[in-house]
Amino acid sequence: MNKKYRVLIGKPGLDGHDRGAKVIAQALRDHGFEVIYTGIRRSPAEIAAAAVQEDVDAVGLSSLSGAHLRLFPAVVEELAKAGADDIPVVGGGVIPPDDIAILQAAGVRQIFTPGATLEEVVDAFRMACVERK
Amino acid sequence: MNIAKIIAGVSRRDPRAIGRAISLVENHEPEAPVILASLEPGKIAGCLVVGITGLPGAGKSTLTAQLIKEYRKQGVRIGIVAVDPSSPLSGGALLGDRVRMMGHALDQDVVIRSMATRGRLGGVCGSAGAAVRIMAQSGCQVVLIETVGVGQSEMDIVRMADLTAMVLAPGLGDDIQAMKAGLLEVADILVINKADLRGADALVLDMKSVAHQRQERQGRAVMVCATIASQGEGVAALARTFKKIDGHLQDSGEKEQRRLQARRHEVIDWAVELIRPQIAEYVAQKADFSGDPMLLARHILAEMGVESTE
Repeated sequence: MNKKYRVLIGKPGLDGHDRGAKVIAQALRDHGFEVIYTGIRRSPAEIAAAAVQEDVDAVGLSSLSGAHLRLFPAVVEELAKAGADDIPVVGGGVIPPDDIAILQAAGVRQIFTPGATLEEVVDAFRMACVERK
Repeated sequence: MNIAKIIAGVSRRDPRAIGRAISLVENHEPEAPVILASLEPGKIAGCLVVGITGLPGAGKSTLTAQLIKEYRKQGVRIGIVAVDPSSPLSGGALLGDRVRMMGHALDQDVVIRSMATRGRLGGVCGSAGAAVRIMAQSGCQVVLIETVGVGQSEMDIVRMADLTAMVLAPGLGDDIQAMKAGLLEVADILVINKADLRGADALVLDMKSVAHQRQERQGRAVMVCATIASQGEGVAALARTFKKIDGHLQDSGEKEQRRLQARRHEVIDWAVELIRPQIAEYVAQKADFSGDPMLLARHILAEMGVESTE
């Protein structure tokens, strides 16, 4: 990978289960991405502000608390408010099948649920970054 | 976002423009020279650039986060360049310094940029200087550069910053380790963090003696500060120490000297960096790699029309 892609991995909301987010962050690093990890319990506004300052090519969100319908679209909205609606948002976590279409309609590019392979996730980030450039 | 908008946006403190500008320079994009040429020398001249360096786990990020808080209390607009290492295997990087600074995420007068070393040794990334100047252009009065966790020889920060704080903590090594650490010979401030831990008092004494010896040898004051960054203790005093040392350096004319030296070094670094791809191309085309690598390198430079020394 010649071009260095920068991505942000964030956990919006109050759930503190960050193993999944860390596994994804590590996998992306191992595939040549520069990964900015913002830690647990951040608000959508904080994540969007960090994404803008860091000028990332994509944002990945993880949620295991069930609050994804509220939190993921909120990050999309905050990015748009900051004039950064060109930064794609990818999400993952424990997300019921019925919610996926709702999230996609709200501007989340892609959703990954338990069982997705790391290769799939890394490829999705790569595609999101390539298309943005 | 077009280039004119980015340039105007940096001076207008637009976070998006600042972020884009740093990326374009970091990636050596065609727009980089225009952005760099647009930066006003007066802006960086009035900016205090402080290096925060030290061993991994000494508390650099926590201390940096506390310094942000302190400077914001004073109404100072502040920039942070947080450097973490790139993986030598994948080229990727996990940039995690920001986790400890997220409390300031919504404050538009705190400009944070995480950067990966991208193969560069020395504890800082090649574009850190440019990032600092872009932040200064956006009105930052103070910029902190947090280096990767360093060992005993990563000195780049010392020639890049106006003054450098070396962060130490008890339990990370004895006084012989400290004697070996080259940074102790050059840092302006020795910060003993985690001062509430056992062994801190002894470390403070050791470092005071290091500072004293250096003062006798180099004729220049070396400060020792104790902090408990996790609780914010000693941080206000540390910021005052920065100011005091900066004042001394300015009065003695050493600040100007250091900046001139820093510029010279950065020009050399960039020259080498910019010619590297061409050299790599030559090497890739070479089929025969018998012979001594140094002699091969001289041969390649001669082919490129560059006269090598010796």
